[in-house]
Formats: sequence, structure tokens, C-alpha cells
Amino acid sequence: MKEKKTTQEKILRYTILIVFAIFFLTPMYVLLSTSLKPFANVSINTMWQLPASISFEGFTEAFAKLAPNVLNSFYLVIPATLISAIMGSLNGYVLSHWKFKGSDTLFALILFGMFIPYQSVLFPLVQFMQTIGLYGSIPGLILVHVVYGLPITTLMFRNYYQDVPRALTEAAKVDGANIFSIYRHIFFPISIPSFVVVFIWQFTNVWNEFLFAVTLTDTQSQPITVALTNLAGSQVVEWNVQMSGAIITALPTLLVYIIFGRYFIKGMLAGSVKG
Amino acid sequence: MKRQHKESLTSLAILSPSIITLAIFVYGFISRSVQISLLDWNTFANFMRKAKDYVGIDNYLGLLAESRFQTDLWNTLYFTLFFILGCLAIGILLSLILNNKPKGGYFFQNLYLFPMAISFVVTGTVWRWIFAPGRLPDNPRGINLLFEQLGLDALQWGWFTSTASFMGFNVALIAVIVAAIWQYSGYTMAMWLAGLRGIDQQLIEAAKIDGASKWQVFSKILFPIQKPITLSAIIVLAHVSLKAFALIYAMTGSGPNNVTDIPAVYMFEATFRSNRYSTGSAIAIVLLMMVGLLIIPYLVHSFKEE
Repeated sequence: MKEKKTTQEKILRYTILIVFAIFFLTPMYVLLSTSLKPFANVSINTMWQLPASISFEGFTEAFAKLAPNVLNSFYLVIPATLISAIMGSLNGYVLSHWKFKGSDTLFALILFGMFIPYQSVLFPLVQFMQTIGLYGSIPGLILVHVVYGLPITTLMFRNYYQDVPRALTEAAKVDGANIFSIYRHIFFPISIPSFVVVFIWQFTNVWNEFLFAVTLTDTQSQPITVALTNLAGSQVVEWNVQMSGAIITALPTLLVYIIFGRYFIKGMLAGSVKG
Repeated sequence: MKRQHKESLTSLAILSPSIITLAIFVYGFISRSVQISLLDWNTFANFMRKAKDYVGIDNYLGLLAESRFQTDLWNTLYFTLFFILGCLAIGILLSLILNNKPKGGYFFQNLYLFPMAISFVVTGTVWRWIFAPGRLPDNPRGINLLFEQLGLDALQWGWFTSTASFMGFNVALIAVIVAAIWQYSGYTMAMWLAGLRGIDQQLIEAAKIDGASKWQVFSKILFPIQKPITLSAIIVLAHVSLKAFALIYAMTGSGPNNVTDIPAVYMFEATFRSNRYSTGSAIAIVLLMMVGLLIIPYLVHSFKEE
């Protein structure tokens, strides 16, 4: 009797898991099957069917159109990720082990930047970037992503360093080490796992970001997300090209997720659980 | 004493690039947005004159009286509500199943989470393809076509192009909500799962021995223990929904009669498409206040606990 019940339960469990797996995979199916169809084969009547023959026409055309934007995204994401991680690490280090009067308040004020809807700074930001001559350029967008990335990277590193015993810093101080050498010889070496988490988090966020990208760039400096909406919003571009474009946009962050999934999840939880 | 003073100065020096940039980029720009929202820069000419002609809260009052903005507020309310409920229901259900460590559970867990790695822009592009209704009844496409091929014609409807509405809820939003849930329910699952793994199993075993049903274990033990996690998830999700600009922009735009419009999209159009800078700034500040209403009590609460 008990056994029968557990079998039934098992079936129910797997049914639920599989139904949701289908839900989560449907867009992937759509993306893959449409992007691999040849132009001639993209018809509305067969939109749910697998391609009759596999063709990379869609990818070739999408890539020809999007290649400069893919490059732009890499030029943007790599420096933005590195700089915001390093600065966040130093901030987190100071705010957890070199506290001073008012440093907790300062931390709260820094953190605030993470919660604002970016619309509330957007127009003055555009004007400011025009004034300093960085509007429409990738360095400008890097600056923006570094600054608005600082609250989260600072938070992640501070939470990480907080678990390092204070006695360690105190002992090093007694031995005559200063704030920089303690960071270099003690904190930096132990924060490699934390750097990996922050890198992955920032890489994904900056790559996927759209609002700043669409308001602060021109056609020359558009990252991939903006180029994709232009491609997909166009009536004349074939569906297979649009879907190939979507795959090209999603691929780098998906690969990061597949390779570093564990760290990705860590970053996601760190960014929210300990607010 | 002197040494400590020097230490504080060094600490401040390390923090100063961040402090200065954030002071400008966060606090400076917000103040500037507030200022612009109180001016009359609603034409390009007025903006170019840079006239400091304050109109008080006229821009805000104008917005509240506008039917587009009213629609936006309803849309935000319903979108946020159903998006959060959907993510919680699906995320909690999946986490409870996966917490039993079924065979292949790790595979499913990773599968449910992958949309988190994808841009809202990609999500919008794909789901627009799925939900684009086609011309009914003769030329259905997307999911409507699938329904026809499965003999379920009765389920066909206009999806995000529908202008039907119940009690302020524009049903066109359902398509967008499904896409958003697709992207974020895995996140809720991961948060719940992380929490569940930390719960002492003996507690649950003891309750079971005492004859507690599965539902009782969930509602009387698991849910109360997981309340802080659920709360965090709600805050993050609400926050996401207020920022769902990229999803709407890529998937549906404002839609007919603004059925899928949200304040963020309106703000973008007002500011960057129709030179209504002050109106755009007022919308931005309303958004900021909505986030503030949500976040500040939460932050105060969690700081107190720390």
C-alpha cells in the first residue's frame, strides 16, 4: 500500500518536472528550429515544425549584421567587469575591516544606488555624458556600468570579507603591515572565488543590459542587445535571421552559465539574500 | 589616536573614487531629475532656452489626469502582482520537488535556471514570436497556430494585442507576464531551495511522526521558516517588474490603447522621442518613489536585524 503511494507520487513529481521542463525549453526550441531554417523554408504554416533541412543562412546573415555589435559588447563588458570588481573589492575591504566613524552610513549610501530605477537618473546622465564628451562612445558606457555596478560589487565583497576574522587584520597591523599590504598579501589572494562570482555576475548583467545601451550609444557603438531589438523590430528581416540574432545575443552569457553555473547561482543569491 | 586618524583618511581615500562618482551619478542626477520634473521643459524650444520657469507639481498632476499614465499604473500593479504570484507558486513548487533530490534533479534545476542568464531583450524577441496572434481566424500564427494544429481553436485569442480589460487588468499583459515568469521563476526556486537545504530534516521527520500531512508540514513549518527568503524574493521580483522596460520594449511596445504600456516605457518615449523632458522626469521620479515605498521599509527592517 505504502509502496503504491510512493510510486504514484513519483509519477506526479516527474510529470510536474517534465511539464515545466517543456515550458522552459519551448523558447529554446523556437529559437533553434527557426534559426536553422533556410529562407525559403520560413513560412508561418510550418513555424512549429523542425526545419526540413538544416541551413546556416540565418546565422551567416545575422552574424554579418551583428558582428560589430558583438565586438562592441565585448569591448564594453570586459573592462566594465574588471574595473567594477576591483573597485568593489577595495571598497568591500575597507568597509568591513577598516571601518571608521560614519563608514556604515557611507555603505548604506553607496548601496542605495543599487535599488534606484535607472530612469530616475537617465536624462541628466545623458546630458552629463554629452557635456564630458563621452556620449555615444563605448568608454562612456563603460564608465556608466562601472559606477552603477559599484553598489552590488561592494556589497558582494563586503559580505565576503566580513567572514574573515578581524584578528587577522589586527595581527598584521601589529606586525607593521599597512592597509595596502594587508589587502595585497591576505585579502586579495583569498578572494579569488569571490572575484569569480562577481566577474560572472557583472559580465552577465552588463552584457544583458539594455536601457543605458539604448540611450547612451549611437549606431557605431551599439552593443548587441540594442542591435538585436533593431534587427527584430524590423519588418523586412526574416524570422530565421532574427532568431539567429537572438541566439548570438544569448550565447556568451548562456555559455558562462553552463560552464560556471555554480558561481552564477552563488552570485545571484549573494546579490539578494543578504540585502 | 593619530594613527587611527591617518587610517581613516587612507580608508576614505580608497573609497573616494566610488563616493565621488556615486554622489554625482546617483544623488546628483536624481536631484537634477527632480528639478527638471518641476520645470516646464515640455517642448524642445523651452528646453533649449533652459528657462528656470518652475511650474510646481503641474507635471505630476498632469500625469495623474492622463489616461495613458493611469493605464500605466494599473498595468504596473497587475503585472507586478501576477508576476510575483506566478514566480512564487512555480518556484516554490519546483523547489519542494527538487528538495527531495529526485533522480535527475540537478539537471532539472539547471534547466529551470538558465533563463536567468539571458537578456530580457532575447526573452522578449522569442516570446513575441510565440504570442504574436496572427490574423484570426484565418491566418493564425505562433501559439494560436499551434492551438489550431492541435484542434484547440477555442483557445485562440489576440494575446498581447487584445484590448479587453477586467477591473483595470488589461488581459494583453498575460503574454508579457508569462514571459517574465519564464525568466524569473527559476530564481525563486533557487532561493527557496537554498533555504530548504538549510532546514534541519529532523524537524520535518518529527512532525511527520506526529502525523502531520504534507500540506501541514509546508504551511506550518516550511513556509514560516522561509518567510524572510520569500520576502527577499518578493522585493527583488517587484523591483524587476518596475524595471521591466527591456522586456516590454522588445516584446510588445505600448500596444493598442497602451494595453502593455508601463511607466518606464512612457518615460523613455516622453524624454527621448517627444522632447517632453519634464514629463519624462516626473514619471522617473514617480518610479523612484514606488521603488522607495517598497525598498525602504525592507532595508530598515534588514539593517535592524543585522
